[in-house]
Amino acid sequence: MKKLIGAATTALLLFNACTFNTADTQKLPIYGEREPVTKTVNGKEVTDTIYHTIPAFKFINQYGDSITNKSLDGKIYVADFFFTSCPSICPVMHRNMLAVYNEFKNLNDFKIISYSIDPKYDSVKVLKKYADKLNVQGNTWWLLQGKKDETYKLSESYLVTRPEEDAKEQFIHDGFFILVDKQKRIRGSYSGVDEKEVQKLIADIKTLRTEPEQAEAK
Amino acid sequence: MIKLKIISLLCLAIALAVVSCQSDAEIEFKRYYTSGSVIYQTRCQNCHGKNGEGLLTLMPPLTDTVFIAKNRAQLPCYLQNGLSGIINVSGKFFDNKMPPANLAPIEIAEVLTYVGNSFGNKTGVINLNEVEKSLKACK
Repeated sequence: MKKLIGAATTALLLFNACTFNTADTQKLPIYGEREPVTKTVNGKEVTDTIYHTIPAFKFINQYGDSITNKSLDGKIYVADFFFTSCPSICPVMHRNMLAVYNEFKNLNDFKIISYSIDPKYDSVKVLKKYADKLNVQGNTWWLLQGKKDETYKLSESYLVTRPEEDAKEQFIHDGFFILVDKQKRIRGSYSGVDEKEVQKLIADIKTLRTEPEQAEAK
Repeated sequence: MIKLKIISLLCLAIALAVVSCQSDAEIEFKRYYTSGSVIYQTRCQNCHGKNGEGLLTLMPPLTDTVFIAKNRAQLPCYLQNGLSGIINVSGKFFDNKMPPANLAPIEIAEVLTYVGNSFGNKTGVINLNEVEKSLKACK
């Protein structure tokens, strides 16, 4: 009898595992550290969860416009770190990012943010030229440059590896695409050099946009 | 009866010889091409693409058969020393820098044989001998 119950429990668990995340309740996970906060609302104790969010920043885009975290209010966005003279993984990252760009470029609540980790070379002029060569126009995809220290520090809040410079003065970075929601929480991370993962990113953006919390947020 | 056996054996031997005996040139080509495709995937594909399609006007494609054929003698130099300045490929202008590939002459020969016979190009084998000659003449 015990065996039978054990088997039944296992079967039930397996069944539940398979039905998790089905169509009507599909929701992306929320990444990063979180802490519960208890506060009093209308005399009642309420426990809320504070999630890891992307902190404030201020950079300049390829048009010379100042871009801050506020510019991304009410936007779902994908972020990555790159530099224009990168000979290794950046071209393939942005080949893949173009697929994301072309899929969503007409949405007004969607952005792509590429932070340059080589601001000394990647001036506004260089970033604009790079954007032109990728046929990136308008304000959906911003290529940003700012102080190197700030960019490196910010990279940590996106939970990506802090870029490093090796002996040849070449930057090393891991090529992740980070999906951020309208509440500035991290909802996914995808290898920017892997075409399949980027297809998943595109699918996940569509899923994310259907979450009530995202659809309602302004 | 024995005669028939001998004749059929002889026929078989001839047939086998014809099938298995590829010319030396063919074997050389295959050897270069196969090694070259591996080098291409690890060293070139990121920028130039899986099918040599390049990346818009950022990275030039390798599908311009006229460019490849015309610059055959220069290609080893591009790989050895990198390439900068404006080039016209497939009717578009490119001014990005290509870094030196850090490949040995034999690897340059292999990858050029691969590129030279993929993506619509038909240069035939570009062997070590030819690459070494071209490298000596690099400006």
